[in-house]
Amino acid sequence: MTLEVRDLAYAYPDGTQALFGVDLRISRGERVALLGPNGAGKTTLVMHLNGILTAGHGTVRVAGLQVGKENLQEIRRRVGLVFQDPDDQLFMPTVREDVAFGPANMGVRGAELDHKVTDALTRVGMLDAIDRPPHHLSFGQRRRVAVATVLAMDPEILVLDEPSSNLDPASRRELAQILKNLDVTVLMVTHDLPYALELCERALILSDGVIAADGPTRDILANESLLTAHRLELPYGFAIPSTGT
Amino acid sequence: MGAGHHHQLYRPGDTLVHRLPPQCKLLAVAAFAIVVVATPRERFLAFGGYLLLLAAVAAVARVSPGFVLRRMVVELPFVLFAFAIPVIGLGERISIWGVSLSVDGLWASWNILAKATLGVIASILLAATTEPRSMLLGAQRLRMPQLLVQIATFMLRYLDVVLDAMRRMKVARESRGFQARDLRQAPILAKSAGALFIRSYERGERVHLAMLSRGYTGTMPVYRDISADVRQWLFAGALPVAAAALLFIS
Repeated sequence: MTLEVRDLAYAYPDGTQALFGVDLRISRGERVALLGPNGAGKTTLVMHLNGILTAGHGTVRVAGLQVGKENLQEIRRRVGLVFQDPDDQLFMPTVREDVAFGPANMGVRGAELDHKVTDALTRVGMLDAIDRPPHHLSFGQRRRVAVATVLAMDPEILVLDEPSSNLDPASRRELAQILKNLDVTVLMVTHDLPYALELCERALILSDGVIAADGPTRDILANESLLTAHRLELPYGFAIPSTGT
Repeated sequence: MGAGHHHQLYRPGDTLVHRLPPQCKLLAVAAFAIVVVATPRERFLAFGGYLLLLAAVAAVARVSPGFVLRRMVVELPFVLFAFAIPVIGLGERISIWGVSLSVDGLWASWNILAKATLGVIASILLAATTEPRSMLLGAQRLRMPQLLVQIATFMLRYLDVVLDAMRRMKVARESRGFQARDLRQAPILAKSAGALFIRSYERGERVHLAMLSRGYTGTMPVYRDISADVRQWLFAGALPVAAAALLFIS
């Protein structure tokens, strides 16, 4: 079991309760979409996965290791978080230094570090940009580099926050291609339902701080009343062909 | 948007000066500046010699005189100040072209102009041959406090992002008919500046989260090896040593 969240509840310091007992399990190699309207607690949940927020109640385990203050460094290596705005994620002056940042923090140096950097950039097709400053790249390229910064840490699970937001159709398709070819477990937070259908065989709906639905993405997206109940809807003109079984 | 190349001070090249490790160049320029400042103002010959030394560095680094002159505009406020001193100075006065000028003031003015100009030229040459990023690595190597280096590194990375946000706010203001004509519009601009500050601050928080997520524990890992060998130190040291020798013999 790569990720196991049990009965996770959390209230912000101001008293706002964001999560009311979330249960979910993700096995190795799965690609799972986490769907939900704005304010459902998606980001709050994601922040628990690598210990930026610590559970008020309940537990989070990554590959068997329980998230806690004493093992944050190991947890952060295991959970690769890709933030929505690549300008938040890419903070070093060059792409090379940015991709090296994570593994270097884990103590990797020298030739091994170089290898990890070039390997991660190759996997997202951005090796050519290795010595360029991030702000000279296009938005789509920056997002791909952001994925590489996390891949370089060999994570157990890749957590992507709205990976398709602000991408033009071509960049969106290129990123999908890259994500499909990666051999890692993926949890993808999104409102982009067609993207979830394309990339993830399984989907969860997080609504009002609990998991409201869990099943094959196709079935969930075909259930119009379920989507409507949780403020989700397919784009205009888009329909899920029924599988008929 | 905003992908402009803002580091206009840097001149890409592959000369002996470009290849020197940044910490050597930083220290050489600092030592040169100290020699220049320590030179008594009457030693015209020494000042002439310093200028020739810098010209030699520029020639080796293939930086054209025109490039240096254009970048020297930053010195202009000091020049204006220097010109004002003889006019408002006290003490013994002489008349030049019918204008009464203070002798002490003239000396002070010459002193400021000569030393500032040499310092500015040396800095321009440093900036022209050293990428901003390497400059910071050099500073870190010279034991500049980690925190200051980190702050400067982030400034380098986010300057464009913040300028871009500023530009977008300006477009948004003007798209709704705003024109900054006189002081009455100042409150609007002040509010925009405030909003920009808050946005940058919030971005800082998000960046910090992103750093924590990748195992940041307070120190930046140094990735590029920029150690210098004896030969490079000697080459960089040639500038301040030659300047000190000139000061000695003049």
